[in-house]
Amino acid sequence: MAEAKAVDFAKIKAEEGAAFAKPVRILDNDGKVVNKDLMANFTDDQLVDLMKKMVWERALHEQTMSFSQQGRLGFYAPTWGEEASEMGTASAFKKQDFLFPAYRDLPQLIQHGATVAQMYLWSKGHVKGNLFDARALRPQIIIGAQMVEMAGAALGIKKNKEKDTVAYAYTGEGGSSQGDTYEGMNFAGAFQSPAVFIIQNNGWAISYPRKKQTHAQTIAQKGVAAGIPAVQVDGMDVLACYEVAKEAREFAAAGNGPVLIETLTYRFGAHSSAGDDPSRYRTKEEEKPWFDKDPLIRLRKYLTEKGLWSEDEEKKYADECKDDFKKAMKEADAVEPEKVTDMLKRTFEVPTPDIKEQIKKYEAKESK
Amino acid sequence: MAKKTYIKAITEGIDIALAEDPKTLVFGEDVGKNGGVFRATNGLQKKYGADRVFSTPLAESGILGMSIGLAVTGWRPVPEIQFSGFIFEALDSIVAQMSRIRFQYNGTKNAPITIRTPYGGGTHTAELHGDDFENFFVGVPGLRVVTPSSAYDAKGLIISAIENNDPVVFLENLRLYRSVKGEVPDDKYTVPLDKANVVQEGKDVTIIAYGGEVSEAQKAAEKLAKDNISAEIIDLRSLYPLDTDTIFESVKKTHHVVIVQ
Ligand SMILES: Cc1ncc(C[n+]2csc(CCOP(=O)(O)OP(=O)(O)O)c2C)c(N)n1
Ligand SMILES: [Mg+2]
Repeated sequence: MAEAKAVDFAKIKAEEGAAFAKPVRILDNDGKVVNKDLMANFTDDQLVDLMKKMVWERALHEQTMSFSQQGRLGFYAPTWGEEASEMGTASAFKKQDFLFPAYRDLPQLIQHGATVAQMYLWSKGHVKGNLFDARALRPQIIIGAQMVEMAGAALGIKKNKEKDTVAYAYTGEGGSSQGDTYEGMNFAGAFQSPAVFIIQNNGWAISYPRKKQTHAQTIAQKGVAAGIPAVQVDGMDVLACYEVAKEAREFAAAGNGPVLIETLTYRFGAHSSAGDDPSRYRTKEEEKPWFDKDPLIRLRKYLTEKGLWSEDEEKKYADECKDDFKKAMKEADAVEPEKVTDMLKRTFEVPTPDIKEQIKKYEAKESK
Repeated sequence: MAKKTYIKAITEGIDIALAEDPKTLVFGEDVGKNGGVFRATNGLQKKYGADRVFSTPLAESGILGMSIGLAVTGWRPVPEIQFSGFIFEALDSIVAQMSRIRFQYNGTKNAPITIRTPYGGGTHTAELHGDDFENFFVGVPGLRVVTPSSAYDAKGLIISAIENNDPVVFLENLRLYRSVKGEVPDDKYTVPLDKANVVQEGKDVTIIAYGGEVSEAQKAAEKLAKDNISAEIIDLRSLYPLDTDTIFESVKKTHHVVIVQ
């Protein structure tokens, strides 16, 4: 007779995560409604607004890529393909919420109050790019740092007894491997603070595919270990992203503790504008099904059928947006470059003796 | 002899280390199939297989913490931290863990780990991609810190670093990756880990530099020569330990020192 076993590890391994692998979805690839009840939550105006935001983000990407190729910007992380994930979630938050974006989250930061010109200055490394009128920190370069910092802001908001306010942060599925991400979720869980963690799973961390990033079936299930509720959402469906983020925000703002959202999306292009070549690590065949899921296609189809949107309107709106971005670039270009003394002066509240000396030296040089 | 870039010299050095010792492992973010974001490990996964040259999940403390575990199970890890600005996520592994292993176990255990990471400015990178952070690692007992300034030294030093049985932070100057070319033998050779290099002899002033500043020092020396000042240039190569013999000998002769950092 076979020896009795206390645990069926193989079964646990096979089934763990299954509960999370059910992405929330409202519209399918073809723009057909798959969840009528949730669809009923949206007014026509809201639907058009979300469409416009995605068109805006795509236009921003195209125009920014072109500036980047002209050598007019510094670092830029393309957002092509991630419009639903970014605009859907971002639209659910309010002005009083505290945003912790990563380098790929400039569009959300602009939605939250930064200007396009400021984001161009950020890309150029100018301090004025950080001085936006939005409750947010600058885009984070160190992957994961924003997740644990955001947990601190959520705790601060709780201690301040701020009403109807949350903190929210974005990272990628790569960033979900950082200890910081787990620590952030665990702290927010332990302190039951109003935090919304958003992991944009775009399939790739530079050249490293999602399936190698973690053996976990979903990223969402990582919330379990921190004791926080988590959900997967179709990240190419802007309506589902908005709905899920809105409900997550409400849950957290009502004092129920943090939430984790995993959006299933795709990075259509290169990792950054700095010359990464996706054909080194992925094939056109792998990309194809994702292009069929393009978030603009499905909502465009739905709205066009209802007579709420047209290709002409879209083209006109995208062109208007691009004109704005060109003005923003001009505005950014017109900002005077920083002087060495500007940088030295803001290193300490009271400059240290050695820095004082350096300021004197550079002032002499700069006044020449 | 063929002229090779600084980064090609590093790739060749790692290649030789992988060929010579089957216990050598090369890994880090995007290091495998992609050959690293700068291509420093280009072609090595193809040549040695994904068991020995591989990409890891995105976590610096995971990469360096795991290096310690690999070291104590008999492996010789050569982890890459994609940019030195990301190394702070793993500072505990470096300063509080791997550098102390030999000391803690009275020499019965050791951590033959070579941490490769690019550093240094001048290439218009994003924030935290072009800083000079070498000072954070200098002065940790048990931890060597080296940085080559030429393609020749890059190959010889990376081989010495990997062969060395203590942890080494191997700093690769980002600006030099493709801007510097030099004569690099195809075969194996080593450059000693704690020996500074007198790049140019002189008698009036000693200029101490390392990494990307050595070529700047050479330019300055040319200008000085026009004023009849003869400069001696020392490339430290090893930031810790310091080769004080070479420095003192030079200063005894010149009586003047300029440190370029
Ligand atoms: C701490 C840290 N490690 C490494 C990097 C380099 N890096 C920049 S983006 C990236 C991949 C990130 O992938 P993911 O988290 O999935 O986000 P995505 O770029 O796909 O939006 C890496 C490794 C970094 N910026 N910070
Ligand atoms: Mg990703």
